[in-house]
Amino acid sequence: MQTIMKPPSERNSAQSAAVPMRKIDPQNRAHTFNEVALGYTEEEALREARRCLSCPQPRCVEGCPVGVDIPAFIRLIKDGKYDASIRKVKEKNSLPAVCGRVCPQEQQCQNHCVRGRKGDPVSIGRLERFVADIEREKGIVTPPMTKPTGRRVAIVGAGPAGLTAAADLAKLGHRVIVFEALHLAGGVLVYGIPEFRLPKKIVQTEVDYVKKLGVRFHYDSLIGRLFTIEELLKEGFDAVFIGSGAGLPLFLGIPGENLGGIYSANEFLIRVNMMKSYRFPEFDTPIKIGEHVAVIGGGNVAIDSARSALRLGAKEVCIIYRRSREEIPARAEELQNAEEEGVDCRFLAAPTRFIGDEQGKVTGVELAAMELGEPDASGRRRPVPIKGSEFILNVDTAIVAIGRTPNPIIQSETQGLKTTAKGTIIAEQETGRTSIDGVYTGGDILTGEATVISAMGAGKRAARAMHEYLLSKDQAKTLPLSS
Amino acid sequence: MTTYELMSQLNIEETNTHQIIDKQQLNPQVKMIKVHAPEIADKAKAGQFVILRVDEEGERIPLTLVAWENQTGTITLIFQEVGLSTKKLGCLQARDEIVNVAGPLGRASTIKNYGLAAIVCGGVGTAAAYPIAKALKEAGNTVVSILGARNESLLILKEEMSLVSDELYIATDDGSKGHKGFVSDVLRCLISKNYQFDIVYAIGPPLMMKATSEVTRPFGIKTMASLNPIMVDGMGMCGACRVSIGGATKFACIDGPEFDAHKTDFEELIRRLRIYPQEERLALDFHEKATGGICKCRQ
Repeated sequence: MQTIMKPPSERNSAQSAAVPMRKIDPQNRAHTFNEVALGYTEEEALREARRCLSCPQPRCVEGCPVGVDIPAFIRLIKDGKYDASIRKVKEKNSLPAVCGRVCPQEQQCQNHCVRGRKGDPVSIGRLERFVADIEREKGIVTPPMTKPTGRRVAIVGAGPAGLTAAADLAKLGHRVIVFEALHLAGGVLVYGIPEFRLPKKIVQTEVDYVKKLGVRFHYDSLIGRLFTIEELLKEGFDAVFIGSGAGLPLFLGIPGENLGGIYSANEFLIRVNMMKSYRFPEFDTPIKIGEHVAVIGGGNVAIDSARSALRLGAKEVCIIYRRSREEIPARAEELQNAEEEGVDCRFLAAPTRFIGDEQGKVTGVELAAMELGEPDASGRRRPVPIKGSEFILNVDTAIVAIGRTPNPIIQSETQGLKTTAKGTIIAEQETGRTSIDGVYTGGDILTGEATVISAMGAGKRAARAMHEYLLSKDQAKTLPLSS
Repeated sequence: MTTYELMSQLNIEETNTHQIIDKQQLNPQVKMIKVHAPEIADKAKAGQFVILRVDEEGERIPLTLVAWENQTGTITLIFQEVGLSTKKLGCLQARDEIVNVAGPLGRASTIKNYGLAAIVCGGVGTAAAYPIAKALKEAGNTVVSILGARNESLLILKEEMSLVSDELYIATDDGSKGHKGFVSDVLRCLISKNYQFDIVYAIGPPLMMKATSEVTRPFGIKTMASLNPIMVDGMGMCGACRVSIGGATKFACIDGPEFDAHKTDFEELIRRLRIYPQEERLALDFHEKATGGICKCRQ
């Protein structure tokens, strides 16, 4: 039986405080992969919805990368019309149960909320999750189908960008096939974000919704190797969307990094989430977790790795970040969750080398203390190592979570596709149009590593541009409509 | 018509199963299967591999593409039953289905007419060497193959290799067939007899590849090794397969699996292959004892 944390008492009746969301308490949640945040009850949702001022010129919508009509869907919650509310959300967002959980709303819609000037902004994300969860429990409703256009679209990658583009194009009547390199759809939602933050059955329901729109999925298909972009265009697709993501892990490039027991965060999370190592040996993929775990990096991926390590049975988990608490890029809410569960943080420290035993397994990491110097190109103060400050932290597992770079295969196998020195694809920001006619892109492969919702926004903009492109294509040149 | 055209016309929601067409036991530990995978058969090149998952609980394991036939739409895979996943795969029979086969993955071998080529292979590595030997032969090379195994009964693909080789030598640890000793000894002997190899391929257990690369190093003969590290996604995403090549970290799945053997850190490869022995044991025990056997479907 899980105990539920009681929400802190309401601060005042002036509605300056948001209705908090209940969570499993830290002692109980730190050892299971069950979802931590429990969502609003109907009463809580209504109370929170009533805080929305229904601004005539809503600024929150400006902060939403996919342009959800926020006041309208919240208004429908106030009226108890939950079915209509989720339909309103889904006009713009095909993955609301996911976004309600993992979007950084505090930097987006909620950052613009008028209520935020004096007190807490309206908890838009929690309300979005509320209506999405109600719909899921009742069974997802498929919107009426549009008349088929006879155009065919290939989507490369079933992550947030690809799924969004696929859903939008299918709704517009195009025939869409998604080519996914892995054996599951969802991209980072299935291989990266852990179960306790985003249960995989929720991702599956969202993917099923996209399937209900008529989208087909072709798994195990690494585009660039199995088919090239050129072949897709030649063999019957009128347009292609590349949403292959930023899936390549970066390493530190310091001595000892290839010792056993050192994982990239990607490998660690792929094993745990996608391959379900947390249920080994019931599932076949193993994970090796020691008693003392160091996680290098300060982003959300580092936090996810640390919290996963704790749940797998590590005694001590320490996040090592080279700047101070103020600069940490992870969401404050997630860092707080991790610390509540018992994750330690060591700020202003950076690894200089790993130390191993004769069997080639990691036994320690040497860290240098850092101090903050002048701001660098990113505007954050540059960490500078303090000479002679090196010390050794004993660890038997280390997880390197310092970022990901674009998947390189499509770029190297597609002639005429222009890319940047960083390996991202060059395209028009507003449309995702690349240097090849009929080929569009969006998500991390366009911008470098970013958020789920910004990838979805890019998928959405590209879908709009692709729709125009598809309709403008000379009818005579295309294949007849197949039944 | 390609599968994706079929999918779109027949309204199939997804494709993900691959039927086993034929199965043969090559020796007590090694099996060969032919799998229906027309798209992969259409694209495969020598040196590439697939990642497969036997069932819904399965690991993703890499296996080299041994042969492929466009007409029948099949690929041939050869594997040694060493851990749970390969044992599970070995339990499947003709007409059973494998849930996922992704490929072709990895960079293809650079095939051209080098002149005189040596294919030095050991154990189940011979399966990975065969398509390369065949492609080199077809490209006009004179191919000298050296096959090794612990004993005669463990030798595989002898006939197939002889068909694509101009000369074929055999070495066994116990001398039950051919030269008593290692394949690298045979290579050294041939070099001393003035065989002027333009390229050497070493494919097999890491120690064998290392020994072979040490034989060719003093002569400066270009030597390629096909590495077999642990992989998970096989598409560059996890870095489990990282190897040190000339001091730089490379991913065998997308930068390889073939690398310059003289630059390869084989010791590190061997250490990284030994990360999960306890877990491998545990998984086998769990399935043999707790769930009543690995071959569930046949009971």
